[in-house]
Amino acid sequence: MTASTASRANRTRSLATRVSAALHRRPRLRLAALLALPATWLVVVYLLALFALLATAFLSVDEFTNAVTATLTTTNVSSVVTDPAYLRATGRTVGVAAAVTVLCAVIALPMAFFMAKLTGPRTRGVLVALVVTPLWASYLVKVYAWQAMVQPGSGVLDWALHPLGLSGPGYGLGAAVLTLTYLWLPYMVLPVYAGLERMPDSLLDASSDLGAGPWRTFRSVVLPLVYPSLVAGSVFTFSLSLGDYITVQILGGTTQLLGNIVFSNYAANLPFAAAVALVPVVVVVAYLALVRRTGALDQL
Amino acid sequence: MLLSRRARSLLGVAMGLGLAFVYVPLLVVLVNSFNASQIFAWPPRSFTLRWWSQVWGNDGVRSAVLTSVQVGLVATAAAVVLGTLLAFALARHHFLGRQTLSVLVVLPIALPGIVTALALRTAFSTFLGVELSIWTVAVSHATFCMVVVYNNVIARLRRTGTTLEEASADLGANSFTTFRLVTFPQLRGALVAGALLAFGLSFDEIVVTLFTAPPGVTTLPIWIFQNLSRPNQAPVVNVVAAVLVVLSVVPIWLSQRLSGDSVTWGRM
Amino acid sequence: MRHTTLTSVLTAATVALLAAACGTSAGTGSGGASGSGAATRAKPAAMTPLASLGSGEGAVNILAWAGYAENGSTDRSVDWVTPFEKATGCKANVQVANTSDEMFEKMGTGTFDVVSASGDSSLRMVYAGKVAPVNTALLSNYADVPAFEKGRTWNSVDGVAYGMPHGWGAQLMAYRTDKVNPAPDSWSVVWDPSSPYKGKITSYDSPVDGIGAAAVYLMATKPELGIKNPYALDQKQLDAAIALLTAQKPAVGAYWASYTDAQKALESGSTVVGSTWQIIVNLAKADKAPVASVLPKEGATGWADTWMLDAKSPHPNCGYQWMNWATKPDVQAQIAEWFGEAPANPKACALTTDKSHCDTYHANDEAFFKKLWFWTTPQSDCVDGRTDTKCTAYADWSKAWSSLRS
Repeated sequence: MTASTASRANRTRSLATRVSAALHRRPRLRLAALLALPATWLVVVYLLALFALLATAFLSVDEFTNAVTATLTTTNVSSVVTDPAYLRATGRTVGVAAAVTVLCAVIALPMAFFMAKLTGPRTRGVLVALVVTPLWASYLVKVYAWQAMVQPGSGVLDWALHPLGLSGPGYGLGAAVLTLTYLWLPYMVLPVYAGLERMPDSLLDASSDLGAGPWRTFRSVVLPLVYPSLVAGSVFTFSLSLGDYITVQILGGTTQLLGNIVFSNYAANLPFAAAVALVPVVVVVAYLALVRRTGALDQL
Repeated sequence: MLLSRRARSLLGVAMGLGLAFVYVPLLVVLVNSFNASQIFAWPPRSFTLRWWSQVWGNDGVRSAVLTSVQVGLVATAAAVVLGTLLAFALARHHFLGRQTLSVLVVLPIALPGIVTALALRTAFSTFLGVELSIWTVAVSHATFCMVVVYNNVIARLRRTGTTLEEASADLGANSFTTFRLVTFPQLRGALVAGALLAFGLSFDEIVVTLFTAPPGVTTLPIWIFQNLSRPNQAPVVNVVAAVLVVLSVVPIWLSQRLSGDSVTWGRM
Repeated sequence: MRHTTLTSVLTAATVALLAAACGTSAGTGSGGASGSGAATRAKPAAMTPLASLGSGEGAVNILAWAGYAENGSTDRSVDWVTPFEKATGCKANVQVANTSDEMFEKMGTGTFDVVSASGDSSLRMVYAGKVAPVNTALLSNYADVPAFEKGRTWNSVDGVAYGMPHGWGAQLMAYRTDKVNPAPDSWSVVWDPSSPYKGKITSYDSPVDGIGAAAVYLMATKPELGIKNPYALDQKQLDAAIALLTAQKPAVGAYWASYTDAQKALESGSTVVGSTWQIIVNLAKADKAPVASVLPKEGATGWADTWMLDAKSPHPNCGYQWMNWATKPDVQAQIAEWFGEAPANPKACALTTDKSHCDTYHANDEAFFKKLWFWTTPQSDCVDGRTDTKCTAYADWSKAWSSLRS
C-alpha cells in the first residue's frame, strides 16, 4: 500500500472502526462500558436493597401504626436467637433442608448412574429429557399435585395405602419434605448425571478386575468422584428448601418454617421479619462459602 | 461394563421407581382436570369435560397468560443484554472485584426467594420511591434471570476462547463487525438456551412476583395461586395446570436441540 | 490496594444502613416503645372529609372481606357489583383480604379506595393516617343505622366519624354434622385436651381473634383470672391465654387465613370442627357438604365492619357511591344473607328472602350486640377501663402469636 492510499484509508475509516480502535487501546474503558449497566443494576437494584432490608433488622416499629422508625435496637435479632420457639423453627428449617438434600441424593444417584452407564446414547437422551421435563411444569402446579396426593382422607396416597392398612402422611412436615424432594429432584439429577457421564468406564472395569464387588466399587471409586457433583446439586436443594414457604403453607399443616415466619410478619413488623430473614441468608452464605472450597461451584 | 445381573436389574428398578415418583403426581393433575368433584376427592367418582370447555371463555386465564408473557419477554430481553455484557466483562478481563461480581450475580437466585422478594420490594417502595407496577415485576424478574443467561454465555465464551476474534481483527474487522460475524454466531446457541431458561424462570415465578406486583397485575402463577383454593374456580385452574404440564415438553426439547449441552438446563 | 473492592463494598453497606435508617422511618415521633397508650399517642392527623359528592371518577378499588363485594366470580347468580357499575359508571376492582393485618398493610397508599375494616384494624388505620374521616351528610344510609352501631370506639375518634357501618356478626363454630357427635354447643370441644377431634380442629389465624377467643373461654372456665374483657389482658392474663393456646396447638389441624382454605378443609374432612364465618358454612353447604354452625354458650368474639375511605384515595366520589350502594336496603339484604351476618341497615330486614334472617342474626338486638366481643385493638390503657394496671398491647399479642405459631 502506498503512502497516499494509506492516508486515504485512514480518512475514510468509519466511526465504528475508530470507536473500536479506541476501545481496543483502552481496555479499562472497554471494561467499564461492559460493566456499567449490569453492575449498576445488580448493585443499585439488588445489593443495596438487600443491605437495606438486613439493616432494617436493627430498627424498631411503631407498634400502633406499624411504621418503621429510626430507633436502633437489637431486640429483634436477640429474640430470634434466644426465643426457643424461633430456635426450634431454625432447627426445623435446616433439618428439612438437610433431609431434602439427602433424599434427593439417594433417589438421584441410582437414576443418574443408570442413565449414565447402563443405557445406550439414544435411550439416555430420552431418559434425561424425561427426568428434566417436570422442571418446567409450574412450581405451583406441582405443589398442588402433591396436595391432592397427601390430602388427608380423600388424597391419592391415602387411597393407595388403604388396602395395606396404612395411611398417607397427611398435611405436615413429612408431606412438606416429600414435596420439596419432588420439586428439587431434577436439580440434583442433572449435575450428578453430568459428573457420572464424565467418569470413564475403565475405572469401574479396573475396580472389578481388582476384585471389588459393586458395593465396594461404589463406595471407593464412584462416590469420591461424584462427590463434587453431589455437592453442586446440594447447593440448589439446600438453599431452595431453606427459604420455601409456599409449599409449607399449602400442605405443611400447622408447621412453620423460617420463610413462613418472615411472610407472616413482614407487614406488621418488618424489622422483626428482616431479623428472621437474616438467619437463612447467613446459613446460605456460609453453605456457599463451604461449597466453594470443594470446587463444586465450577461444576454448575 | 461389568456389573452383575442383580445390580443391573436393581438399578433398573430404581430408575423405574424414580420416573414413577416424578410422573405420578403430574398424571394426578391430568386426571383431576376431568374430575367432576370440585375438591378433587380421590378416586374421582365421575368424570366430566365441563372444565375443559369452560377454560376457553375464562377472561382471568387469558389476561393472566398475556401478563405473564409480557413480563417474561421484557425480563428475558433485559436479562439477555445484561447477562451477556457481564459474561463478556468477566470472561475477557481480569479486575479487582471479579470474584465478588461472579458471586453477586448468583445471589438473587441463591438466596431464599422471600429474602430477594422483600429486598426488591423495599428497594422499590422505600429507596427508589417507585410505585409497584408491571415494570417493577419485570425488573425484579430480570434481576434473577440474569444469572441463567450469564452462566450459559460465560461457559460458551470460556470454551471458544479469543483466537477466532483475534484472527478477525488481524484481517481488519473492527470490534463491532467481529462481534456480528464471528462472536455472535458462536454464542447464538448459548444465548437462545439462556433466553429460553430465563423466560421459563420468569413465567413460573411466584414468590418475588407476589411481593413486587400491584393488586391489578396478575401473572399466571398469581392467578393460579389465588384461584386454586377457591372451590368454584379450582377445576378451571386445574385444567390450566394440566395444559402447562403438557406444554412444558416443548421448551425442553427446543433448549436441548439448540444448546447441545445437557448440563445447562438447570436453574443456573 | 487489594482491598479496594472490599472497602467499597463496606462503604456501600454503611451508606445503605444510614439510608435505611433515614429513608424507612415514617412513623410518628412518639412511637417505638411498647406500651404507647392513647394518652401519649399523637392524635390522628386532621383531614377534611369530602365536602360534596361530585361525579364519579370512573373506577373504584375495593378491598373487602370475602363475600362483601361479589361480582359473579364466586357464583354467577351472586352479583351486586355489576349492577353498581351499571348504575354509577364506576368500574369496580374487587380484591379480597384474608386478615385485618392484610387490610391494614394495604391501605394508606391510594392503591385502594375503600376497605371494609373490622375493629382490630380500623382504629390503627385512623391513627396511622391511612383513612380519612367521612362526611356523614354524603352517606345516604347513615341515618338509618341504629345508634348503637355508630360513633363507637372502632369507627370514630373524638366524635369524628371515620366510616359507614356495614354489618356485624359473631365468630361461630363450624362442625361436620356427620363426624361430630353429639352436636356441640360449647367451645370446650376445641379447647379440651382430651377432645375426640384432635388433629382435626381448625382455628382462625389472627392474633386478635385467636387470643381473644382463648380469653373468652377463660372468662367462662377460669373466672378467678378476673378477665372482664377479652381484649384487656394484663401480662398474667395474656400468659394464661397463651398457655391455653399452646396446649391446644398439637390438636389443631389447620390455622386458616383464607376462607376458601377453611371451606375446602371442612368439605374434605381434614378439619371437622372449629372457628368459622357463616359464609364458609353456607358455601360448604352449597357444595352438599354436611356442615353446620353454632354460637357456643360461652359467647364468642365478633366483628363489626365499617367501610372506610383511604386517605389518598384517587376515586373518592366513586368510593362514597360504593359505600352508599353497599349499605342500601336491597344490597344489604343480599350481602347479609350471602355472608351470614346482621346488616347495619335495618331496612334490609324486610327484603331478605328468609324473613327470619334478621331475627336469627339479632340485627336489631342491642343487648345481644353488646354481649359480643367485637375485635378491638388491645392497648396498654386497658379497654375495660382498669387504671390500676397496664394491659398488653397489640404488639405484645402479635409477638406472642408469632411465637406460638412457630
